[in-house]
Amino acid sequence: MSVPVDAATRENVPVILTRALSKTYAAHTEAEVHALIGVDLRISRGEFVAIMGPSGSGKSTLMNLIGCLDTPTAGTYECDGVDVSTLDAEDLAALRRDKIGFVFQGFNLLPRMSALDNVAMPLGYARVPPHERIERARDALVSVGLGERVGHKPSELSGGQQQRVAIARALINRPPILLADEPTGALDSKTGEEILALFKRLRDDDHTVVLITHDADVAAHADRTYVMRDGELHPEGAA
Amino acid sequence: MNFSDILRTAIYALRGNWMRSALTSLGVIIGIAAVIVMVSVGQGTQQEIDKMVSGLGSQRLDISPGARRGGGGVRMSSSSFFTLNEGDVDAIRNEIPEVQYVAGALRGSTQVVYAENNASTSWQGVQADFFDINGWTIASGQGFEAQDYTSAGKSVIIGETVRRTLFGDDSGVGQTIRLGRVPFTVVGTLNPKGQGGFGQDQDDVVMVPLETARRRLMGAMGLPAGAVMQIALTVADAKDLSYAQGEVEALLRQRHRIKPGDEDDFNVRNISEIVATRTATTRLMSLLLGAVATISLIVGGIGIMNIMLVSVTERIREIGLRMAVGAGPSDVRRQFLAEAMLLSLGGGVLGIVIGVVGALAVGRFSDLPVALNGQVIALAATFSIMTGLFFGYYPARKASQLDPIEALRQQ
Repeated sequence: MSVPVDAATRENVPVILTRALSKTYAAHTEAEVHALIGVDLRISRGEFVAIMGPSGSGKSTLMNLIGCLDTPTAGTYECDGVDVSTLDAEDLAALRRDKIGFVFQGFNLLPRMSALDNVAMPLGYARVPPHERIERARDALVSVGLGERVGHKPSELSGGQQQRVAIARALINRPPILLADEPTGALDSKTGEEILALFKRLRDDDHTVVLITHDADVAAHADRTYVMRDGELHPEGAA
Repeated sequence: MNFSDILRTAIYALRGNWMRSALTSLGVIIGIAAVIVMVSVGQGTQQEIDKMVSGLGSQRLDISPGARRGGGGVRMSSSSFFTLNEGDVDAIRNEIPEVQYVAGALRGSTQVVYAENNASTSWQGVQADFFDINGWTIASGQGFEAQDYTSAGKSVIIGETVRRTLFGDDSGVGQTIRLGRVPFTVVGTLNPKGQGGFGQDQDDVVMVPLETARRRLMGAMGLPAGAVMQIALTVADAKDLSYAQGEVEALLRQRHRIKPGDEDDFNVRNISEIVATRTATTRLMSLLLGAVATISLIVGGIGIMNIMLVSVTERIREIGLRMAVGAGPSDVRRQFLAEAMLLSLGGGVLGIVIGVVGALAVGRFSDLPVALNGQVIALAATFSIMTGLFFGYYPARKASQLDPIEALRQQ
């Protein structure tokens, strides 16, 4: 499934490519909802893209599809070259493991595990040998500036530190896509700025960052911004 | 996730709520302990019966006077009580070639006295084959001589319990003891047999020759000449037993001049009939005990299922997160199944320990026979694993089928 892409051709291959992507809930009933209508999106490696929109705009539906948590009802989505529309739950899980790193608003750390164990957790599902896990998790924590806090439980860390742990966890399997859903929503503005600066640094390290937010100030940090409105995706500034 | 990952994650989850885990396992602990104690008692009883069967022999027939159905007081007069005699014994020996040993016997109870020691015991007046039929062997002394049988010699062979009571550490061979008022010479002691199948002390007995018993011990009972109270026989080959039984019945009916259609005045019993009854009773008891144990295991299993369902609901966000970072449905299912099995297997191990201790205690402090073997323990371990697998599967499947989007949205 994870076919290694040659470094030279990388620039041209989009990591996220959707064509006429649509999602309809409760199709063919009276309660039919078109959450997503014909979305065409192309994001290349090393881009930092923000997707904005008020709640109910279809923003979350798009994020779930890009994150391989859900499959579209129409259209196609190629995640780093893999067409997801025909995959079952087991294959989707494997795809998420290899291609997507999630960062959530509420951090979603397991409370009784140390920062190190939280970061190493996805490696178990990737069948990485135990001794290598600890090493990689430690490196990941160092790279987000938490090398001194590996043994701390989430409750012993500040919100910004917890989000850094979550980002380290998202990066641990070296996925091409980092998908952040309101990552600064639970943080004060100063800490939020630090997290956004970290995303920019990751973008410079050739990670692809997709930021979902309703906050224009946050979206302003991205290279490109799209706006979701009533299930349709528009480039920012378009009418 | 490899096996040790799954195990570590399961231990981590169960430890986080160790009190709840312990209480959940309690059901299985009790169930498994009950299975072990009850199966041990059941098997002990069965072994006791098997021992009795081999002790009494399945090659054996017992003939007693009186009709098979003969409950009626009218029929049980003294004359109808003594319908068997030594002539019958000789006829069986001479005319039925399948018979290997046959002996008639009289029995009663008496007081035995040696110096200042005395005890009340039962006596058996026996013919020579009696020892082989009943598996008695002589421990010390010569036993009866041929002339003891023919001329009613006042010789006695004593059982182990009687020997201990009268002589302590001494064998007593050559000493004179009194049975009632009659002096006898001890000519042998019997090797002990221990407790019988019905719990009686088989060694609390003395043996005298049949003719001696008739003349010296029966007293004024008005015995018909040559009468015996019972005849026991064995066949050389167990498969001839039912044939020999038919032959014996035909021979005795002919000798006792019983008309066709009339009831027998004797009763031939095949020991396996008695054993069959007892085995059936034991089996029923085992079945009931097994049912009780099974029910408690099911209750324990339901407890596990209940707690696992609660656990799935409580940790729905964790499940969603694990799915987001790459756990597939099979990973999630394995993890919850591992937790359920750890609960039941942990309970099983503790239950085995408690059950083994309990079974040993029952064996030590009660009269119930107990047979504890590895099979029971292996069975209990298998049961506990099966319980976890069976009752853990549904919650695990429910967890694995969660939609990660919904699960992550839960607060």
